[in-house]
Amino acid sequence: MLRQLRPALVLLTALTVITGLAYPLAMTGLAGAIFPARAAGSLIERNGTIVGSSLIGQNFSGAGYFHGRPSATTAPDPADASKTVPAPYNAANSSGSNLGPTSAALAERVKGDLDVLKAENGSAPVPVDLVTTSGSGLDPDISPEAADFQVPRIAKDRKIAEDTLRDLVASHREGRTLGLLGEPRVNVLALNLALDDLAKR
Amino acid sequence: MTVNGWIQIALYCAVVLALVKPLGSYMTRVFTGERTVLSPVLGPVERGLYRVSGIDSRQEQHWLAYTGAVILFHVLGFAVLYAILRLQAVLPLNPADQAAVAPDLAFNTSASFITNTNWQSYGGETTLSYLTQMLGLTHQNFLSAATGIAVAVALIRGFARASTGTIGSFWVDVTRATLYVLLPICIPYTLFLVWQGMPQTLSAYADATTLEGAKQTIALGPVASQVAIKMLGTNGGGFFNVNAAHPFENPTALSNFIQMVSIFVIGAALTNVFGRMVGDERQGWAILGAMGILFLAGVAVTYWAEANGSAVLNSFGLTGGNMEGKETRFGIAASALFAVITTAASCGAVNAMHDSFTALGGLIPLLNMQLGEIIIGGVGAGLYGMLIFVIVAIFVAGLMVGRTPEYLGKKIEAKEVKMAMLGILCLPLMMLGFTALATVLPAGLAGPANAGPHGFTEILYAYTSAAANNGSAFGGLTANTLFYNSTLAIGMLVGRFFVKIPVLAIAGSLAAKKTVPASAGTFPTHGGLFVGLLVGVILIIGGLTFFPSLALGPVVEHLAGAAGQTFSTGG
Repeated sequence: MLRQLRPALVLLTALTVITGLAYPLAMTGLAGAIFPARAAGSLIERNGTIVGSSLIGQNFSGAGYFHGRPSATTAPDPADASKTVPAPYNAANSSGSNLGPTSAALAERVKGDLDVLKAENGSAPVPVDLVTTSGSGLDPDISPEAADFQVPRIAKDRKIAEDTLRDLVASHREGRTLGLLGEPRVNVLALNLALDDLAKR
Repeated sequence: MTVNGWIQIALYCAVVLALVKPLGSYMTRVFTGERTVLSPVLGPVERGLYRVSGIDSRQEQHWLAYTGAVILFHVLGFAVLYAILRLQAVLPLNPADQAAVAPDLAFNTSASFITNTNWQSYGGETTLSYLTQMLGLTHQNFLSAATGIAVAVALIRGFARASTGTIGSFWVDVTRATLYVLLPICIPYTLFLVWQGMPQTLSAYADATTLEGAKQTIALGPVASQVAIKMLGTNGGGFFNVNAAHPFENPTALSNFIQMVSIFVIGAALTNVFGRMVGDERQGWAILGAMGILFLAGVAVTYWAEANGSAVLNSFGLTGGNMEGKETRFGIAASALFAVITTAASCGAVNAMHDSFTALGGLIPLLNMQLGEIIIGGVGAGLYGMLIFVIVAIFVAGLMVGRTPEYLGKKIEAKEVKMAMLGILCLPLMMLGFTALATVLPAGLAGPANAGPHGFTEILYAYTSAAANNGSAFGGLTANTLFYNSTLAIGMLVGRFFVKIPVLAIAGSLAAKKTVPASAGTFPTHGGLFVGLLVGVILIIGGLTFFPSLALGPVVEHLAGAAGQTFSTGG
């Protein structure tokens, strides 16, 4: 065993430096040079301020914006740091709901959300992604059906023709990668930025 | 289920299969010490490492010396990681001012990463500094994977050699696995991931002002370089709390696909390395065939269950399957496929919350781990786990016809079978033993977030994942407590070493044996009959051992859900 101590110590140190420092730092340098915007988190700037990241969802609750999916992320309770309070789309603490298929809490939450959505738009079935939390709590996307479902509410609030909004949704629809992988989706932040641009024109 | 979903699954299998032979051929050259295309570049580095470490690369080791080296390397790696976790507050590269990690959490995390489990009692973005992620975790991601590969190669040598006292040099194997296999793939892989949108930066977390005027702090970091090895080395420990469900840790459907491929690719190719080194590639394909059958059966069940959705939510008129805990960009098919892959291999990365899977959809990941992760499995660990089952299957076949069992010309005798059973039995002891303990102790019962059978499954899943060195979780369980941190860490250590050491003992014992020439009475181990026998032995051992625990958890929950019953906590 003792004869093995030198190889163990030296090899561990050398491999630690190679894989734990040289490799990630070299990759950071290289990635920053080749893909600077993506390596920095795909941040979106408007008028000099960062308004978010194109990959990270953010909370929309106003009637005039497209809403993302429900989010189960939390933040420490300001009153008692040992507890947490709901904080949707907290991008510093990703989390899913972790509620199982027979959870009463899940059933109640979904039922409550369904009632609200049905009152808002009774003409279409509620898309499942609008009443289920995402795995990360930071899902940047909703299904194209979920975007279309919200069109009447936004049209009414912003006094824009529904057809204009539907065209906007269609132009933001991303299909499956290579026509095969993943599912069709709409990036909510990009859609809402376009919505604001539409209002400015 | 959709046609597109099945096409995604078929495409996945095709891509992995296509990579088996080229990578298998390359790795065989690496571990038999032949020249490879990378030798001109890496040869000098390799020789330099041996020189400073005082390693004679031609000096091979007896299995006991090899085992000693494995253990020593782990103990020292554990010490380094534990020190970094405890000291991160005073070390550089800590822009988010993370505090020192508490002792029990540091113990758990160190055990978790040296055993290639990567169980996350910690939440990456809220607990760990950038330096810890790189120097602590990324480096153990490499070394625990390299160690797994080394042990598998040592076992292969046991089968391939005859009448020798040595099974290779651990120092050479671990160096070559890191330098020639893992690093060269990780470099282009990292750049691909950044191209897909994954951050790779040392800048502090970004503060954004949302369109509605709220403040949003966005966690960042050197993510891509860690994710590359986390997947390739079947480590699975996330940079962020929600792992590969996080949009920064898995930005697109394409990054998701390539991550899934990289989980399986080394483990699948090792079956080919096995075939080549024992001189008959068909032996490797037979083992891969048995793995493939079990894998596809699991994918079919989970995909079917998730596409059907939860009976309780469907009763509200919802359609479209179970999307709770899943990301829009992946959808049902890619999430179900990922869950089966990550638990078949000992990866443990997740792109959807397994805790929110349907009862039967979540049963398959649990069963995959209970079988010991021998379906492709962890890099190295999957192959040696499967070869343990091969020994038992051959033994059973020998009993049935009354002959001394042989595999690849080696007589399988009492010592090999005893060691194989030791490796197999330590897993249920940890998984079921600790689960039983946690369900009667208040400290254990404080853990589950869900009530009823699902709460039991959360506990069972945790100990199963720990002992199988997987690292995925039913995340609702509050595991960052003294009780869970310490019991899970024990499960991880026993699950790793009480399999590895018997495997190395088998390797040493086999290498010393003479090769018996094949005769008319030799049971062929490259055909369908053998594959069927192997699958049968795996399912019977797994079924008999774990069926009662599955009946109490997912099966009861499925029946309750179908009857519309729900469970609430408290009250």
